[in-house]
Amino acid sequence: MSVENTFKGNGETRSLLIENLEKEYVKGKPVLKGLSFEVSGEETVGIIGPSGTGKSTLLRCINRLIEPSKGSITVAGQEITSCSGKDLRLARRRIGMVFQEYNLVERLTVIENVLCGRLGYTPVWRAWLRKFDQADINRAFKLIDHVGLGEFATQRADSLSGGQRQRVGIARAMMQSPDVIMADEPTSSLDPKTSVEIMELLKKVSSTEHIPVLINIHDVNLAKRFCDRIIGMSKGKIIFDGNPSDLKDSHLSEIYGGEDWLS
Amino acid sequence: MTTEAQQKSPFKTKPLVRLGWLILACYVFYALNALDFTWERFINGLGNGAQFLSEMIPPNFERWKLLVENLIETIEIAVIASAFGIGLSLPIGMCAARNLMPDWVTWPARTVIAVCRSFHPVIFAILFVKAVGFGPLAGILTLIFLSIGFIGKLFAEAIEEISLKPVEAMKAAGAPFMSVLIFAVLPQVFNRFIGFATYQFDANLRNSTMVGIVGAGGIGGTLFAAFQRFDYDFLAAILISIVALIMLSELLSVKIKAIFND
Repeated sequence: MSVENTFKGNGETRSLLIENLEKEYVKGKPVLKGLSFEVSGEETVGIIGPSGTGKSTLLRCINRLIEPSKGSITVAGQEITSCSGKDLRLARRRIGMVFQEYNLVERLTVIENVLCGRLGYTPVWRAWLRKFDQADINRAFKLIDHVGLGEFATQRADSLSGGQRQRVGIARAMMQSPDVIMADEPTSSLDPKTSVEIMELLKKVSSTEHIPVLINIHDVNLAKRFCDRIIGMSKGKIIFDGNPSDLKDSHLSEIYGGEDWLS
Repeated sequence: MTTEAQQKSPFKTKPLVRLGWLILACYVFYALNALDFTWERFINGLGNGAQFLSEMIPPNFERWKLLVENLIETIEIAVIASAFGIGLSLPIGMCAARNLMPDWVTWPARTVIAVCRSFHPVIFAILFVKAVGFGPLAGILTLIFLSIGFIGKLFAEAIEEISLKPVEAMKAAGAPFMSVLIFAVLPQVFNRFIGFATYQFDANLRNSTMVGIVGAGGIGGTLFAAFQRFDYDFLAAILISIVALIMLSELLSVKIKAIFND
């Protein structure tokens, strides 16, 4: 399966372009072996693959929480891999991230957690005095409503259920006004019903913010149901890249190995 | 059934450990003899103690003005030392946390804490009396160093135990490091820091009654003078007021913790 070529390059800035991305934690043992793909528009992309195949590494290379070894990553026209120091910090503001374990500050309220998404835009002295921009505060409350947590805005994060916490995580990512949102196993800690709700929300975010959303996901059925596009990874390589409807058992068998579990 | 092999007991005897206990017992016996710690000596001592106690009763509060003056100085030493000591140990403790800072920052911070911890308060007090002269300043410096050594270390350990997940999230959102500290790190350790701080204030108050003995200000000086003049009824008054002071501060710290605890 070849890599789809949908990069527009005609002023379409809200996009992600990855070329020949490689990562090796140990010399000579690459985890990612030359990945290339691009995402643009309002696409929801599900990345599937067995555990340990480098899905999380891929996402964390995009915002450089993990240093890529080789290759280039471009977000909204800006090359990320060559950034350092302050440039990197400023570039990260444009990449929202949603985590499997939500990564909220338990002892802060929902609204405070959402405003944390704005810290990259807020001068340090204002952050220390907790004087956020009034426009940011208004937007934070609006986003909390948007993800369906209106009445919980002033509750502490540790009083929320898993699904509610993930909604806070999504609102925090949106607060960054990102050009792309990445979600690393956003549903893996949630029950099936809540998982569906979170996937619906992520899809909604993609269309309301007009940005692509990348989702690492274990649940193939969930991925097929909600994603516009599936990228199947195995052993650090892209095995499948295309429409969910084109994803056949033969692909899954190639991605995960074995066949018995498919029946 | 009869052919079943007998298993060894899982509780092994450890000959070395037994030998260790035996040696310890022998040494204690030897030391008691060497220091002339006998029953007879103990009974004699008791008589002495009874004499001492009888002279302490009733406590003499006649010189209450001096007492109050001294107590106020003691409290002042404790409050000033706590303010500076706790204030300084915050950044030092943060710099010493190995999960947030690179080695070249933690290494000096840890050295400072280790030096502050290495001496007993009495030794610090003597050093500072020699360095800056008699009076409360020496006492204040002593307690500042003690505070840094104690809560600096505890605070660094508290930070090393936090969850790094929110830190990761804020780094990913492009937050500056100082903002990450205030939003992702401090909320996780604030409670414990209040606990450490009130405990240290308690300890500072206790220790500030002692530094006076070597001339570093506070009620300790008067206490020591009362000892030397065999002024045992006044001594009793001093001891009672120290107990009252410590109990008061205990009460205060319980209240403070109740406010911040959730």
